[in-house]
Amino acid sequence: MANIISDETIEYVGILAKLELSEEEKEQAKKDIGRMLDYIDKLNELDTSGVEPLSHVFPVNNVFREDVVTNTDTRLAILANAPAQKDGSFKVPKTVE
Amino acid sequence: MQISEMTALEMGRSIKKREISVLEATKDCLERIRVMEPEINSFVTVDEEAALESAREIQKKIDDGSMTGPLAGVPAAVKDNICTEGLKTTCSSKILWNFVPTYSAEAVLNMKKNGAVILGKTNMDEFAMGSTTETSAFGATKNPWNTDHVPGGSSGGSCAAVAACETIYALGSDTGGSIRQPSSFCGVTGLKPTYGTVSRYGLIAYGSSLDQIGPIAKDVSDCAAVLEMIASHDAKDSTSILRTDLDFTSALVDDVKGLRIGIPKDYFGEGLDEEVKQGVLKVADVLRSKGAEVELFDLSLVEYAIPAYYVIASAEASSNLARFDGVKYGYRAEEYEGLHNMYKKSRSEGFGEEVKRRIMLGSFVLSSGYYDAYYLKALRTKALIKQSFDRAFAKYDVILAPASPTTAPGLEESLSDPLKMYLGDIYTISVNLAGLPGITVPCCRDLAGLPIGVQIIGDCFQEKKIIRAAYAYEQARGPWQAPDCRMKQDPENCPAKEQPGATTQKGVE
Repeated sequence: MANIISDETIEYVGILAKLELSEEEKEQAKKDIGRMLDYIDKLNELDTSGVEPLSHVFPVNNVFREDVVTNTDTRLAILANAPAQKDGSFKVPKTVE
Repeated sequence: MQISEMTALEMGRSIKKREISVLEATKDCLERIRVMEPEINSFVTVDEEAALESAREIQKKIDDGSMTGPLAGVPAAVKDNICTEGLKTTCSSKILWNFVPTYSAEAVLNMKKNGAVILGKTNMDEFAMGSTTETSAFGATKNPWNTDHVPGGSSGGSCAAVAACETIYALGSDTGGSIRQPSSFCGVTGLKPTYGTVSRYGLIAYGSSLDQIGPIAKDVSDCAAVLEMIASHDAKDSTSILRTDLDFTSALVDDVKGLRIGIPKDYFGEGLDEEVKQGVLKVADVLRSKGAEVELFDLSLVEYAIPAYYVIASAEASSNLARFDGVKYGYRAEEYEGLHNMYKKSRSEGFGEEVKRRIMLGSFVLSSGYYDAYYLKALRTKALIKQSFDRAFAKYDVILAPASPTTAPGLEESLSDPLKMYLGDIYTISVNLAGLPGITVPCCRDLAGLPIGVQIIGDCFQEKKIIRAAYAYEQARGPWQAPDCRMKQDPENCPAKEQPGATTQKGVE
């Protein structure tokens, strides 16, 4: 495998991805990402100098509209999906001491 | 013929002529679901009560003349990543196991406006990431042609449900082939429209720049009719395109005289199963004999589509799936210390293996130091792939290709080697990168009896050309033979029912 993923990299990617991986999962992820990158490195065979990155197949512009409320109040139905709620709000663990 | 074996347009006509009622049609599908589900497991949720209720309401509207569309009263199913107001929408993931949307996707609203009876939500690979429908948190879906095989994915539930006549048609979504590949494996017809044709509002995003909703049905006519119904310009989707050519059924014309068809030589090399190859080349012969001009050409860059796709799709997925944090909906871990740990644990416990793999890869390629080398490189490759299709469509009206290198693999054959599974998407993925429309039509079966589909690809906004080519081929091919258990008049005698033991796990483990 040409791409060796270090323990630090996996830790860092885990923080970015907000995932907590077990030791076993970390080892597997190192292997998986390394193997995928080996494959993705195939793109380096292509000369893309002077080619603009294409994020969208059609020329798209921002779509603007007046900020007018059109939907009805579905607050209670939305809250009903929350794993925990209190006083009409989403309930989360304490965030400030 | 049993009611549930009708095509959607046949059924719409039959309902209009009062030969059958909407309630009869709905009950027949529900009965079919009851019989088939223990074996096939194509649904995550079946909402019998709501279906019967809406059948009665739609019948009233048809009777009083306020609902007149060609598909009014026809039962349908919706892939479980497309939001349905009041009806659970899980993406086949534990992290959304109990999510009930407060609104419907625009495509679903368009269906309802035109009198669709929604039977339920179909199974899929978790968050549409997979090619087998085995990564679902609610158990794998089986292929109705042979239940030892996968239906393909990620819209495997929708395709299997149509093939098994549990529904008359279904909605799927296609990010890298997720409508066209399972349609090929299940012997049904599936169409991925040009990017921006069907609103993505209410489609739970995977790779936003690639995702499109499309129809899955028994034949080309049904696909054209369903697409005509669901396509619309929508201010709620900023990538939605205003089109004035949405009369797709007008392209159902049995005439391909002078149609220029290109066959990419580089699609017929190593890795393509011989039987699939012969099946697809026979389709070319048929179209040639009907007056089309068929020619081989070099598409080029084919081997770069998959690596570019997995960088782009994973990057977009890692961003799109950041919203699942255990706060607003779905699963929350039971034990945690503080807010960040709650996020991490909920996500780690809620997402399956394949989803986590792609989020990790996506986070990596977007991280500082790698962004240029991987993400921008992939977007530059995408530009080159788009250019090679532009060159092809300067010479040809449509491109003819396989949908998948093989027929449906056996259950549990694919997941052990993700990279190998990704390679199976070679004929479908570049279509998404270039935003093109593509349709898969069943053409024949392999020696094991599994269906082979042919893919017809068009230039952007040229759905009518691929519909015309597919329709003309279908007319020459003749009626498509259904899976064995569909042939039985009496569902009680269906061989699928005689095999117990395959009870499916509906709950999340």
